[in-house]
This record gives sequence, C-alpha cells and structure tokens, in this order.
Amino acid sequence: MPLLENGRLVPDIWTILDEEAPFPATGPVIVPLSRLEEGLARAPGEKLGVAIPQDAEIDTLRTVLPRLSLVAVTFPIFRDGRAFSQARALREHLHFTGEIRATGKPLPDQYEFLLRCGVSTVDLPPGSDPEVWARAHTRFRTAYQPSVLGERAEGVTLRRVL
Amino acid sequence: MPDTIPAPALPVGHYGYDQVDRAFLADRVEQFRDQVARRIAGTLSEDEFKPLRLMNGLYLQLHAYMLRIAVPYGVLDSRQLRELAHIARTYDRDYGHFTTRQNLQFNWIKLEDTPDILARLADVDMHAIQTSGNCIRNVTCDQFAGAAQDELVDPRVHAEILRQWSTLHPEFTFLPRKFKIAISGSPNDRVAARFHDIGLVAKPAPDGGTQFDVFVGGGMGRTPIVGVHLRDDLPEEDLLAYLEAMVRVYNEYGRRDNIYKARIKILVQALGTEGYRQKVDAEFAAMNRARYRLPPETVAAIRARFGTPDLHAPDDAAAQLDRARRADPAFDRWVRTNTNPHRAPGYISAVISLKPAGGIPGDATSAQMDLIADLADRYAFGEIRVTHMQNLVLGHVRQDELYAVWQALRGADLAAANIGLIGDIIACPGLDYCSLANARSIPIAQKLSARFASPELQETIGPIEIKISGCINACGHHHAGHIGILGVDKKGEEYFQLTLGGSPGSDASVGQILGPALPEDATVDAIARLVDAYLVHRTGGERFLDTYRRLGAALFKDAVYATA
Ligand code: HEM
Ligand code: SF4
Repeated sequence: MPLLENGRLVPDIWTILDEEAPFPATGPVIVPLSRLEEGLARAPGEKLGVAIPQDAEIDTLRTVLPRLSLVAVTFPIFRDGRAFSQARALREHLHFTGEIRATGKPLPDQYEFLLRCGVSTVDLPPGSDPEVWARAHTRFRTAYQPSVLGERAEGVTLRRVL
Repeated sequence: MPDTIPAPALPVGHYGYDQVDRAFLADRVEQFRDQVARRIAGTLSEDEFKPLRLMNGLYLQLHAYMLRIAVPYGVLDSRQLRELAHIARTYDRDYGHFTTRQNLQFNWIKLEDTPDILARLADVDMHAIQTSGNCIRNVTCDQFAGAAQDELVDPRVHAEILRQWSTLHPEFTFLPRKFKIAISGSPNDRVAARFHDIGLVAKPAPDGGTQFDVFVGGGMGRTPIVGVHLRDDLPEEDLLAYLEAMVRVYNEYGRRDNIYKARIKILVQALGTEGYRQKVDAEFAAMNRARYRLPPETVAAIRARFGTPDLHAPDDAAAQLDRARRADPAFDRWVRTNTNPHRAPGYISAVISLKPAGGIPGDATSAQMDLIADLADRYAFGEIRVTHMQNLVLGHVRQDELYAVWQALRGADLAAANIGLIGDIIACPGLDYCSLANARSIPIAQKLSARFASPELQETIGPIEIKISGCINACGHHHAGHIGILGVDKKGEEYFQLTLGGSPGSDASVGQILGPALPEDATVDAIARLVDAYLVHRTGGERFLDTYRRLGAALFKDAVYATA
C-alpha cells in the first residue's frame, strides 16, 4: 500500500509478514508480535520491524528495542486512539529513534496528531487520496501543547510553532 | 516618552485572543468549509463526514442539525453574546439554549450554513471545537470565579491553560469516551467537581503559589458515581504533566468494547483508587517532566491576556442598595435569591434566571441576549457568565446600580426570583429534540415551574434542586438532583421515575429510586405531594435534602404512592 512520509509518497522497502508467510532470504521484514522471536533469530544485519496490536504494552518491547528498526502501530478503526499513546511511549519512555509506522484506518484529519505523537510513516488505507493527507499536513501552523517532536515554543506561551 | 501603541482592551474575565490564536481558528474554519463542501458534493459519505462534523460540534438530532458552541469556562463578553444573538436570528429560530456544560446550542441549523456560522463565530474568537466526540470537552468552571467572597484562587487562568492544552491534543482526541474536566477555586463546590471525569479544586500552596485537589472518576449516565480523591497537593508546575499521565492511563486502559463502560469512572472502579493512582504515578515518573512542566512565566503570560475589572464603587453603594430593597419588596426578594456576595466592597454578583415560570430551562431569545449584552456593557464590564444550572451571571455589578439592572431584566422576563429554588430546574432536551429519549423532559419542567410559579411559595419551600433527564444517559443530571426525574418507556408510554437525595456539591451523593415510575399526568402532582410532606416534617432551617437525609425515604414514599 502507498506509504506516506512528511506528506509525500515514498517507496516502501519493507516486506510485511502475516502469521504464516515464510521469511524472505534477505531484506527488511515486519513481523507480527507473535513472530518476534523468529524475526530476532535472523542474521543480526537484517533490518527487523514488529507490528503490534493496539492493546500491546509498550514496555514489553524494552529489551528487544535495540534490535528493531521499525514498530508498526495500528488503528483498527480511527476512533481507537490507543496507538497514539503507544507511539508516544515508544519515543518518550523508551527513546526509540527508528521508524514508527501507522497502519489500519487512520483518517487524514489525524495526520498531524500522528506525527506529533511520534509516528513517522503512514501506510495509507485503501482508497486514500494522498492529496488530502498532504493538505492535512500543512493545515495548521500552531499547536497548543508540547509534543515528542519538541517543537519550538512561541515565547513563554503554551503554543508551539509547527 | 516611550512611544508604545496602546494595547486594545482585553476582555474582562476571559483570555483575549491574539493574532496567532485567530490564525489558528481561521485555519480550522477553512478545514471545516472544505469538509462540508466535500460532503455536499458527495465525495464524503455521511459515515466519513460524521466524525468530522462532530469534531466541530455539529450533531444530527431528531429534526435538524444542532450546533454546540463552546463557551470556555462559561465566560462570554458582550460582543460574543451579540454575535450569538445575531446567529440565532439569522440562522436559527430566534433563540439559543444554554447548556449544563456552560455552552450554547442552536437546535435548527442547516448544514450548508455551518461554515459561515463558524466563520462568524471565529470573528468574535469563538468556535465549536471539541464540544462533541471522545475528546477533552469544554472545561467548566465556577460561575462566580474571580468575584466570589469565598474563593481562594481564581481558577479561570488555569481553566484557560487546560483549554489550550486540550485543544486538538494529539494524543487525547480519540479517547475511549468523552472527557469532562471541571475546575473551581472555592471550598464551596459550585462546579460538581466530584461528578466529572476529572475535578480540580485550586487553592493556595504553602509556598505562596497554587496547588490542586484532584478528583477523578465521577460521572452520571447509567452508572452514576461520585469521583474519588486522588491527591490534594498537585503543584501548579506539574498540572499539565500530571493530567497527561492521568488521561494517558485512561487512553491505554479504558474499555473500548462497550460505550456504556468506557468512561474513566469504570476504569477507576475496576482498578481501584490505589491501582489507578499507581499507574498514574508510574507514568508520571517515566515521562519527560521538563517537557510538560508548566512554568510560572507561562501562567503569567496567559494571565496577562485576561482583562481585569477596575472595581471602584461609591462609598454609599451598599446603603443605596439597602434603600432600594426596603422600598421594593419584589426587588428585595430577587436580591435574596438571585445574588452572590462579591469579594470587593460595594459590588455583588447577579444571577439572571433563564427559568421563567412555564418556560424552557436555559432558552434565551436573541432579543434577550442583546439586552443582556447591553446590560453587561453598561453595568458589568461587558462580561457574562453561563452557569451549569443554565442561567447567566453578571459577575461584577455595583450595588448602587443593581436596582437598575433588575428593572431592565424584569422588562424582558428575565427576573424570575428562583435561583436555587424549585423553579430553577435542569431539564435535558428530551424527546422534543433527542433521538435517544424515552420521554419529554421539557414539558415536565414547564408544568413544575408553572405550578410553583409564586415567588413567595418558592422562597417558603427553600433550596431544592429538581433535575430531569429524558433517558438514562442523564444529560439532565437527575442522579444529582435533590429530586431527580428520569423518563422511562413503559410499553410506548412516557413514564417518569423519581429519585431522591442526590447532590452535586461538596456533599455529593447519588439519588436513590423512590418507587415505581409514574405516568406523565401524575408526576407533577406527586412532586407537589413530596414537597408538602417535606414542609410538614422539616425542622429549623432544613433544606429538602437535609430532611430526606434525616428521615429517609419511607415518608416520601407514602406521600407519593399512598394516594396513587
Ligand atoms: C442526540 C442526543 C443527545 C442530546 C440532544 C444530548 C444533549 C445534551 C446536552 C444539551 C448536554 C449538555 C452539553 C454541553 O453543554 O456540552 C449533554 C450533556 C451530557 N450528555 Fe447528552 N445528549 C445526547 C446524547 C447523549 C448520550 C448518548 C449520552 C451518553 C451515552 C449523553 C450523556 C450526557 C452526559 C452524561 C452529559 C453531562 C453530564 C455529565 O457527564 O456530567 N448524552 N447532553
Ligand atoms: S438524557 Fe437522554 S433524552 Fe435527555 S438529552 Fe440526554 S440522551 Fe437525550
């Protein structure tokens, strides 16, 4: 599916494995949480990502995180906002610096929120218009609270310059 | 001489927008205009559009769209109230409805008009953001904030900080369920802090700063629960960090499988107060506290955007008020029931009742709104407050000018002397507007206020709170009513169930069901009998609630059902 980064479509280098699919010989793969052990058993040079369900406790990734280049969080429906907290915990508690990818069915109107919680790429849901997402990205110039992006505060106010 | 440009006057009582705030709001209006255009063109389905319109306060009710406009911490300025009057006149049926969350609703809005309405609102620094949806809603506040004699800290600056912080919050806009915060700065709880998802009470800290009592997990709905006390010493600089932790624990662990179990109250009950507190403390310890710290300079910068009233009353203001009261008993009664003591000598706060006998609680016509805006300009620094009891307040009125205010109000059917009395009823929109309703709440309120119209009778009965909801969602706060009335459906007929003993204040409690529900035509009589029973059995200065708490339900049960 089309992948969005910084409001632009970018090529996706990752192979996404489901519960059964065999591992490719080489190349970056995203495994479901249940197959994390298998993924970790691959050659240490191979890039590894994990897709977690929206109710996963982020803290359980603490010890394996240095081996992960990507964590995919998911929105089974756009109203289920748990992945926002997961992304923020990854950045803020575990200081994860790799890619955080949003999957599932987020809305374009949530794009800025995703970014400000630490998500870096969005796997666009089928039927998405990348234009609408791009517009959502440039819509607002101001936010009213700090975020993990550490945007510059405007003077001593609560406002952040986006 | 420094050549400073005089700053434009800041609104008294609420934060004054600057260019950055205005630009933000303009962006938001354009975003919604774009969405409405896509909906009307058909490129957005109703399914896709629904969450977007709800984020802008636009609901689809039984007969039309309803637009709910945020009144942050319940404070309006006269310019804003006039704009609301204008919108009522131009786009609605010439009236608006003030709500229990200190907001304003228009009930008859056309979808295609909404972008223009939102643009007009933006012109006066108003919006409908987060008046709906599973996000942090408009923060409510004490209607006598900054004026009341018993207040320790004016909570509106902190309410504004919470408003800003929660506006389009990236993490907390898709919570398991809606989230309501109330804040007070008085030991006498006038905000129902214990019936909110989070209730905050600001008070002076030992070091001279401000700290907060924190309540969590209160609420009404089908599972009414009085909130628990989480801590009493939250320092101001940790206010946002700690709330981030509290709401984040809720976002992560709150139930999402059943909307009736999704409020934070259910989570707090499931984890226990201690269990919830531990999770919050762990989160608080793990987070980047420096990032979320609220420095005193930020509080000061936001405080500096509030206009303050220049309070100077003539020395004989109180004496003049006394003379006017002695000369006019009707005015004297209104002063007794509809005012609140002010911290400054010679001033007083006046409550404008939106509960005329036989009227619809909380409704105001555009002419009334215009008149109140004029009175606010002339007598109250242009400031108007909305109360959670669905009335309006002029916070700072000179005592020597109160008589003139009252006379003007009386000429516009706005001087009912019934604040806190039996005519001061809360009623939800009910079956007249709401698709979820079992019964019509408004006509019951109208019949009750007509039945007890006499101001003498109301004053004799004394403080009593009647609250009516048309279904178990409890928008009318019936659980917190001294007398609660709940609409139920019995084989297609509208019935009403009575609860007694609820209270929203510092002595918060949930009302208990009295007995079988009554048909519509028996309900008003039953309440009259309850009141009679109270009048017979009360001692001293007991309120209805006190008599009920002392004697229990049996006597009231007899009064209602013995003759039924
Ligand atoms: C079309 C249907 C509905 C209408 C017309 C309606 C109306 C209202 C109104 C006018 C308020 C005050 C709102 C404000 O100022 O922001 C309110 C608050 C409230 N509503 Fe509704 N409502 C509806 C649906 C619901 C539903 C579905 C629920 C619950 C499942 C609900 C629960 C509440 C509660 C609990 C409050 C405030 C009480 C509190 O939490 O402290 N309402 N509603
Ligand atoms: S209490 Fe029920 S009937 Fe009344 S407004 Fe709320 S949902 Fe509608």
